[in-house]
Amino acid sequence: MNGAANRTWQRFRANRAAIGSMILLAAMTLGCFASLGWSAAAMRRTDLDAVRLAPSAAHPLGTDDLGRDLLARTLYGGAISLSLGLLSALIAVVIGTAYGAVAGYVGGRVDELMMRAVDVLYALPYLLLVMLLTISLGAWLETWHIAGSEWSRYIVLALAIGGVSWLTMARVIRGQVLSLREQPFVEAARALGFSTPRILLRHIMPNLVGPIVVFATLTVPQAILQESFLSFLGVGVQPPQATWGSLAADGVRLLNPIQFDWWLVVFPCAALAITLLALNFVGDGLRDAFDVKGKRA
Amino acid sequence: MFPVVLLIVYSGAVLLVMAAPGEGLESGEKDLPPEVLAEKRKAYNFDQPALERYFWTWPKRLVWDRDLPAFQYEDWTVVEIMRSALPVSLQLGVLALGLAVVIGVPVGVISAARRGSLIDHLSVGLCLVGVSLPTFVVGAALLMIFALWLRAVPVGGWGRPMQALLPAITLALPYAAYIARLTRTGMLDALSEDYIRTARAKGLSELQVLLGHALRNALLPVLSYLGPTAAAVFTGSFVVEKIFTIPGMGTHVVESINNRDQTLILATVMVYSVFLATFNLVVDVLYGFVDPRIRVGAASR
Repeated sequence: MNGAANRTWQRFRANRAAIGSMILLAAMTLGCFASLGWSAAAMRRTDLDAVRLAPSAAHPLGTDDLGRDLLARTLYGGAISLSLGLLSALIAVVIGTAYGAVAGYVGGRVDELMMRAVDVLYALPYLLLVMLLTISLGAWLETWHIAGSEWSRYIVLALAIGGVSWLTMARVIRGQVLSLREQPFVEAARALGFSTPRILLRHIMPNLVGPIVVFATLTVPQAILQESFLSFLGVGVQPPQATWGSLAADGVRLLNPIQFDWWLVVFPCAALAITLLALNFVGDGLRDAFDVKGKRA
Repeated sequence: MFPVVLLIVYSGAVLLVMAAPGEGLESGEKDLPPEVLAEKRKAYNFDQPALERYFWTWPKRLVWDRDLPAFQYEDWTVVEIMRSALPVSLQLGVLALGLAVVIGVPVGVISAARRGSLIDHLSVGLCLVGVSLPTFVVGAALLMIFALWLRAVPVGGWGRPMQALLPAITLALPYAAYIARLTRTGMLDALSEDYIRTARAKGLSELQVLLGHALRNALLPVLSYLGPTAAAVFTGSFVVEKIFTIPGMGTHVVESINNRDQTLILATVMVYSVFLATFNLVVDVLYGFVDPRIRVGAASR
């Protein structure tokens, strides 16, 4: 570990909220994924003799309107939500970094044009765009006979959310590259006759690790949030697959003044809220540790 | 910028939804008889080339003739549907935006003025929670507590003031939290400036210093945040409208996208884009009024 990384780690470790959140997230992630062997099957098992049961010893979080165990569904939904968030953030980071680096490094007219395009995209109704993307990507997949499994919707969602979440990333990276480009070591690399891709990948990229890590961490909760909105609106994952958002939507749908099944709403919502809060804490902690300036994603 | 954005949005929507395979006319349970389908295709101009339909006939029928029906509700033209849904969403949006400012700014000011106190810590913590929580979690919580448990307000619907209360608060809270954060940061920055010391030195009261001198500068970031926020509040109402069963734009957006109701999708996308572009424009203009430096900078450039 070199000096800079060491200092960053020291700063991060001093942030108790971030470290606590990190441990909580690790536990949450481990719980969701380690239990997949049981929950993937248990979340589909209906039991019409145990419909809408309140939390008890047999069903710690209760059951839903088809008698499915809510603990299994929440754990499984967590695995889907978390992995989908990570995947979308990864897509967003790759697109955003590549786009921003090219715009910043090439500069001039190209930069102007690429950044105007980002401005225009910023001005679009975001949620609407994701929904349109989801539907049309799904339709295309169907004609190519790729669709059919419940996972096709998962992939479509990741692509759609990742495909619209890279804008802030691109702006930040462009700004960084713009200033790095003028540094003597880049000039030296150019003078040595290295190719542009090589300079970008070997000389500029290593200096972008800080902002990339920070914005990736802040994009994950954003992506999870987007997915939960889509699932809540019924444009998200396909049942019987579930995420925290779709579980919450099911719970809210079943809310009525006569039968008050609070557990169906409270547990998925709590899991989602705690995760988002923790991810934001970690992201803020990383930003302070790396000392990255810039707007929140 | 304005017409460019609209044209790009329009082309994007056409490319995304309408160019995708399948026309979306047949989404009922049963297959339509061929004659009916042929008539339907004719009624929606599918007998024309796609480019002509999307870039001439439909815009013309939407804006000038106003006789283009929605795919799903053939008795209603798209314009009629917008006319019934738009005011509802607008009222909700304006109410929520107002609430966000009215709650957010004072909380931020008090928090900054009493920095390090219990109130400050409490509001900073609450703001973080407010920013992180998804709207439907807040909405579901409010619904369960106030409508189902205390039975203080109706569960859903639209038309009476009491029915607007919970949705507006739900929609406003995350933005109120963010505005409070922005105001607090802006106030703390402003309060450490020299001109604040000067203002105090010439004997102004603390209230005059805070509201007359510091707040004016602290509001700048808030103002520039308001443009995107107004847009987000407006589009964010999808979820709130679903929770509280409000017959607004969001309901139509979700429905039209799920059914691939092309004409309705087009109309909703365009309405949203016009509003977004307008909000951004208004904020740019307002910004010049609040911060004279920007006007000077633009003139000398």
